[in-house]
Amino acid sequence: MLRRPFFWIIALVIAAFVVLPSIGNNVELRESLVLACVYITLASNLNLMLGYAGYINFGSIVFFGLGGYICVWLVYAHDWPLAWSLLVAGAGVSALALIFGLGILRLRGAFFALSTIGIVEGVQAFAENFTPWGGSSGIYISPQVFQPLGGPGRALWVIYFALVATMGASLYLSYAIKTSKFGLGLLAIGQNEDAAAILGVPTPRYKALAYSASAFLPAIAGGLYFFKGAFIQPSDAFDLTLSTEAIVICMLGGQGTVTGVALGAYLYEELRGYLLTSSTFANFQLTIAGVLLLVIVLFFPSGLMGFIYSRFPAAKRVLE
Amino acid sequence: MTTDGTAILELDRVSKRFGGLQAVNNLSFTMKPGEILGLIGPNGAGKSTLFNLINGVFAPNTGKIVFNGIDITGERPFVVARHGLARTHQIVQPLTNMTVLENCTVGACFGRENLPLYRARDIAREAVQLTGLDDRSDTLALHLTIAGKKRLELARSLAAQPKLLLLDEVLAGLNPTEVEHMIGVIRKIRDSGVTILIIEHLMQAIMSLSDRIVVLNYGQKLAEGLPAEVARDAAVIEAYLGDPKLAAELEGQA
Repeated sequence: MLRRPFFWIIALVIAAFVVLPSIGNNVELRESLVLACVYITLASNLNLMLGYAGYINFGSIVFFGLGGYICVWLVYAHDWPLAWSLLVAGAGVSALALIFGLGILRLRGAFFALSTIGIVEGVQAFAENFTPWGGSSGIYISPQVFQPLGGPGRALWVIYFALVATMGASLYLSYAIKTSKFGLGLLAIGQNEDAAAILGVPTPRYKALAYSASAFLPAIAGGLYFFKGAFIQPSDAFDLTLSTEAIVICMLGGQGTVTGVALGAYLYEELRGYLLTSSTFANFQLTIAGVLLLVIVLFFPSGLMGFIYSRFPAAKRVLE
Repeated sequence: MTTDGTAILELDRVSKRFGGLQAVNNLSFTMKPGEILGLIGPNGAGKSTLFNLINGVFAPNTGKIVFNGIDITGERPFVVARHGLARTHQIVQPLTNMTVLENCTVGACFGRENLPLYRARDIAREAVQLTGLDDRSDTLALHLTIAGKKRLELARSLAAQPKLLLLDEVLAGLNPTEVEHMIGVIRKIRDSGVTILIIEHLMQAIMSLSDRIVVLNYGQKLAEGLPAEVARDAAVIEAYLGDPKLAAELEGQA
């Protein structure tokens, strides 16, 4: 893997995320890159299901929100250190996904997609009614929790670097799976599940593993994101919009590709930032995302990477 | 029927019903290692259903299927594949957005040997070569012609290095040159030690390829025997061959 150029391309991206905002303590750039990290993490992990195994998961936000809740709650109610809270959030959500996955992955197509929306609604209802998690008003944590990380100012940098690491891990995970036997099995499932099973791919186990793997890093990103905000409530944690945006990103970049999805996430985040701050478009951000999705599906079904590959076929040998 | 230990495939009173349709009815037969057994019968006789029962797409309602000494009745397709049983489809099922080589690598990776990726590629290349697809190994499966897709079905199942290969109409839709090539490939596969169960409508081809023939009609076994015996069988002529002249011609050939 170390001899492949793509490994170093990912390393270069991570380095850029670390170095660029550090120059001159550029907090504004850092905050914009926080969101880029979150989008890249969510979209890359969604891509394992959507792009590789061909299953549309509308509920990827559940991993993010639930990870956030578990982490914030462990810090708030049990005084756990952040690192342990994050690991437990990741492992817990991943284990839950495995159990749910073995059940709902018996469904296919639209039925699976619907069941993932059901999971979002169900988990949100649970959070709204679970008293230890503060019900619908959520959990506030005092800024005191930033003390172990060296006070609020330094803590924000620590959290940012942790998010960059999560994003980097997401990219390497996508890459490692894509070039593995497991990934080949998932891609076969995505192309034709019945044929894959007949060729010997253990489809139920592979799908459940992919679903579970796609939960781990988003849960950690959720933990970091909501810890950073020192506040979590159900309507933010389980916002279906973010799930939908992750799907748009995968389609925009080119589902099934590592580069395309990361690039799509970054561009989408930039566009979103521009629309939200522009006086003309501020209220139309989602409308534009919707139109974008329509245009992509109709005219560029293989996304950004499809376009790049058709223009520069040599790129196929370097990029994944 | 008793297990004598030498059979590679044994079907014991296997039945499958879809609603009111008895697709396969109380069917028994055995296959010896290394033979080519031809399965013929009119459309709707239950041939493809039988394949689906053997490789686990459907579970039989009653009866037992033993492969290489292992009871595989009602096992899932990927379990059956792992035991060393591969098949092709009458209606081709390529992994469309993957190359020919990648399709075959899936077969090699998840087939009988459960190979790691780097070794699977070598096996896949051999299968691609044997089926004459080497000049198209980097072509996406969706860009292949129908003959190419048929060959891919065969290449992919071969890459799994099976002990038993089920071939479902691999000759249908091919032109005479392609048929001839394919028959050569099938013979080569058998010579490499693979047992073959083949469904085919091209009478001349199946009569000359098969060591034995089983004739199905309405899900039941109508006849079983050497190709020449089957071609002579009055019930088979009436149900299937239809034409005594064709039967005589086939008998002469076999």
